[in-house]
Amino acid sequence: MALLSISSPHSKGPQRTSLMMRWVVAMTIPGLIAQTIFFGWGNLHNVLWCSLVALASEAIILKIRQRPIAFYLNDYSALVTGVLLGLALPPFAPWWVSFIATAFAIIFAKHLYGGMGYNPFNPAMVGYALVLVSFPVAMTTNWATPLNLLEQGASIADTFAKIWSETALPDAFTGATPLDTYKHEIAHSLSDEVFQAPVFGRFYALGWEWVNLAFLAGGLVLLALKVIPWQTPVGVLLGLAIPAMILGWDADQSAPFMLHMLAGATMLSAFFIATDPVTSCTTARGRLVFGLGVGMFAYIIRRYGSYPDAFAFAVLLMNFAAPLIDVYTQPRTYGHTKAQRGPKAKERP
Amino acid sequence: MTMQEIIPTCSVDIFDFHGGIHPEEHKTDSNQQPIRLLGLPPKLILPLKQHIGAASKLHVEVGQKVLKGQKLADADGPFSVALHAPTSGSVVAIDDQLIAHPSGQTDCCISLIPDGEDKWCELHPCEDYQQLSASEIQTKVSEAGIAGMGGAGFPTAIKLAPSNLTNIDTLILNAAECEPYITADDRLLQERAGDVVAGLDILIQVLGVHQCLIGIEDNKPEAIQALRKALAGKNIRLCVMPTKYPSGGEKQLIKLLTNKEVPSGRIPADIGIVCQNVATVAAIYRAVRFGEPLISRVTTLTGEQIAERGNVEVLLGTPIDWMLKQVNYQSAKVERLIMGGPMMGFTLLHSDVPVVKTTNCILAPGPKELPLAPPAQACIRCGLCADACPAELLPQQLYWFSRAEEYEKAEHHNLFDCIECGACSYVCPSAIPLVQYYRHSKGMIKQQRENQLKSDQARERFEARQQRLERELAEKAAKRKQRAEAAAKAQAAKLAEAEKEPNPAVNSVPKAVIQEAIDRVSAKQTLAAEKVDLAELKLAWDKAQAKLDKMFDALDDAKANNPEQVDKLKRAVEKNQMRVNQAKTAWQKAEKEQLSQESALSQTNSAEIAQASVAKGKEKPDLAALALALEKAQSKLVKMEDALAQAADDQKEKLTRAVDKNKVRVEAAKETLEEAKQQANIDSRDQADGGKS
Repeated sequence: MALLSISSPHSKGPQRTSLMMRWVVAMTIPGLIAQTIFFGWGNLHNVLWCSLVALASEAIILKIRQRPIAFYLNDYSALVTGVLLGLALPPFAPWWVSFIATAFAIIFAKHLYGGMGYNPFNPAMVGYALVLVSFPVAMTTNWATPLNLLEQGASIADTFAKIWSETALPDAFTGATPLDTYKHEIAHSLSDEVFQAPVFGRFYALGWEWVNLAFLAGGLVLLALKVIPWQTPVGVLLGLAIPAMILGWDADQSAPFMLHMLAGATMLSAFFIATDPVTSCTTARGRLVFGLGVGMFAYIIRRYGSYPDAFAFAVLLMNFAAPLIDVYTQPRTYGHTKAQRGPKAKERP
Repeated sequence: MTMQEIIPTCSVDIFDFHGGIHPEEHKTDSNQQPIRLLGLPPKLILPLKQHIGAASKLHVEVGQKVLKGQKLADADGPFSVALHAPTSGSVVAIDDQLIAHPSGQTDCCISLIPDGEDKWCELHPCEDYQQLSASEIQTKVSEAGIAGMGGAGFPTAIKLAPSNLTNIDTLILNAAECEPYITADDRLLQERAGDVVAGLDILIQVLGVHQCLIGIEDNKPEAIQALRKALAGKNIRLCVMPTKYPSGGEKQLIKLLTNKEVPSGRIPADIGIVCQNVATVAAIYRAVRFGEPLISRVTTLTGEQIAERGNVEVLLGTPIDWMLKQVNYQSAKVERLIMGGPMMGFTLLHSDVPVVKTTNCILAPGPKELPLAPPAQACIRCGLCADACPAELLPQQLYWFSRAEEYEKAEHHNLFDCIECGACSYVCPSAIPLVQYYRHSKGMIKQQRENQLKSDQARERFEARQQRLERELAEKAAKRKQRAEAAAKAQAAKLAEAEKEPNPAVNSVPKAVIQEAIDRVSAKQTLAAEKVDLAELKLAWDKAQAKLDKMFDALDDAKANNPEQVDKLKRAVEKNQMRVNQAKTAWQKAEKEQLSQESALSQTNSAEIAQASVAKGKEKPDLAALALALEKAQSKLVKMEDALAQAADDQKEKLTRAVDKNKVRVEAAKETLEEAKQQANIDSRDQADGGKS
């Protein structure tokens, strides 16, 4: 009989890359729902629009690179990039801002480096950083006012008009984020007065707190499913929390701890963005270091920099460092007395 | 030898090893039925090498009748085991046959046709085997042909006599059987736990260990129960471990039970531990107690394509296709036969290969049971492989290095600590055949090492040859010089003796010798001129004599006829007589002088030759230089030819021309050297002659 010859192992576990990517997308849904509830239709529109752009860009660049299109689209990694950008960009960002961010992310940050698995920088964050520095006005003036503060939020039609033809909406529909508000107000006011601003709401950051908690919940599911490693989100949250706790006791000087945790893109970044395996560290210890770095850079930029939120830059900075961190965080192999770390580790027992 | 006192271990803690996976077990597919005897196949094929090490040494001939248990082949040295006839019958062939190997290779096998009588040869049971010495037991184990039956096939007798026997303090029975599907050890323990425990007693006795541990996964409750019963009253610790693949890997098992690690590149014996497999231990007992050689084993036959899944006791050498027929094997559309388990087993290329000592399972999976891996996607560095790796390697790093053929880096990332358990491939979400990459890299590195070794040896050889040639040349030159000096000295001494009286100065001053030689030569030349005179003198003398004779005749005539003229003639005769005498003496004198000159000349010749040979001796270093030049030219040519062999097409033409050019050079150098050598030979012969004269 003709027998098939295959190298062992013959058994294959259930995990698939496309499955992991789909889980990531699925677990952003709680956060997206929270965003929609508190800030209107903008994010939902952006998620759909960015996904479309991402998939189209991926298909085109694959075609140009003469790679099998269906095979690579099936890994859903482009979809993840699109969804993450849609979640991260301001709800009322003009269509071309989202378009540029997404197309740049897929074509330049991902495929010009060799495509899936070869890109050194987180594509979504490269796209985000590009539009953040290129179009600062569009990126700061298009954040939505929580719907709780409005009698009537922007309708779907209003949202479309705002995004696609940049029709001016009533001023009340857009406003500064809590982090932005704090950063600008604390310079000339005391914290008690600052926190009187309606964007902070009853707890820490109106709407944002629930969005962050929803992302946290989704992230915890991913952790439980082992789709993402625990080291990265724990690192990010610790890296942000430790300085926030140490320096945040005086709310007149620095944003308080809970504001750091529950405002801005903290949970989205910790669980969905910094955990991108391709651009993160590969060793377990390295991931922890990577996460800590992301959290600390985010804190430093939030606290001392000119941007109110900073995860895009923090992630990109740590992307630079990831290969080096890997070199210094090699695990100790079974049967070896110590790990071989550092670039010149050639020790043989 | 008495039974060692076994000190019960204080801790029964089960430790943990890094990583590991939990694939579907499928143990109940095959462990529900008792072990069946499969009976006599029509033909048995027995490879001479069913173990690691040297192949067994043939002991029988084609056509020979053998009895069951009769030895067919001897152990060839300590790193080998014997082979026995699994049943009685006749040897019909001894030739190369396909064997169970991932590459589908052939090896020397004995073909045996059973006669159906299954008649045992005489066995040597030993009831009081507790009284046997360690070496006697080792001999019995080796003679019984026992090699590790877990998969590797390591000759068991070696493990009973480790080089550092005194340091061995722990015996571990590996009953983990962590591979999915396989239940051969499970069933063996359920049914023959007594044999296994008795075998352990023998091993404890031989190794003199203080601690004996049994590691078994908690997914074998019946086997655990049977062991508990058999272990009653014995100080053997049964360690039930959580099911996790690969807990049965030797290194992982040691870590689990003792929390010790086998140092990289070493063996368990180096840390005082010996591990044995369940089936092996049972076989040891049968061999020592009953004298039964290893002629059969328990094998799991499982997988969806087999209707009667279960464990069978099968004779070694049974063809697998015959065995599958006995258990109602249904051939699938895409057929795969795996020898071993789904994680580390290998696919067979032919189904007619025989069962060997290491065949613990034949898995015939259905197409949906173990689906073929989907096409590999890009590695996303998710790190699941690193989390699963029991050796705590970074599999994805090794993968990148292997792909990029950066073998050195892969080695620095401890590639050779990979046990190829397949856990990384199992968890990889991108379905990358990681283990295959590692095998490839390991193969490449091994090949590179071999090539390196070969080229190192070649270089050493070349250098040694070069040195030898130079040394020989130098020695020759030195000898020649010595000979020439000796010859010159001898000649000089002779000359000095010869010329002590006439001219002592000649001895001390070589220049004078030369001058002398030159003088002799010129003398010789003048002598040649004188030789002509000598002939003339002789002619003159002869003429004068003839004239004188005529005058005597005339005088006689005148005495008779003319007396007046007699006086006149008498005076003329007298005058002529005088002339003849003068010519005669002149000639004689001249001849004497010439003779003496000639003898003087011949004596000076040898001095001249010696002088010339000294001058020639100065040419010898040139010969060595020529040889060196030739070697250089040759090595350059070899390099160029290598470069040519590796060169791209567009460079080939250029290189070929260069090589041709160089070949011509080498030829020229060779010729020059040959000529020089011949010259040197002639010279040395001349010198030798010169020295002798």
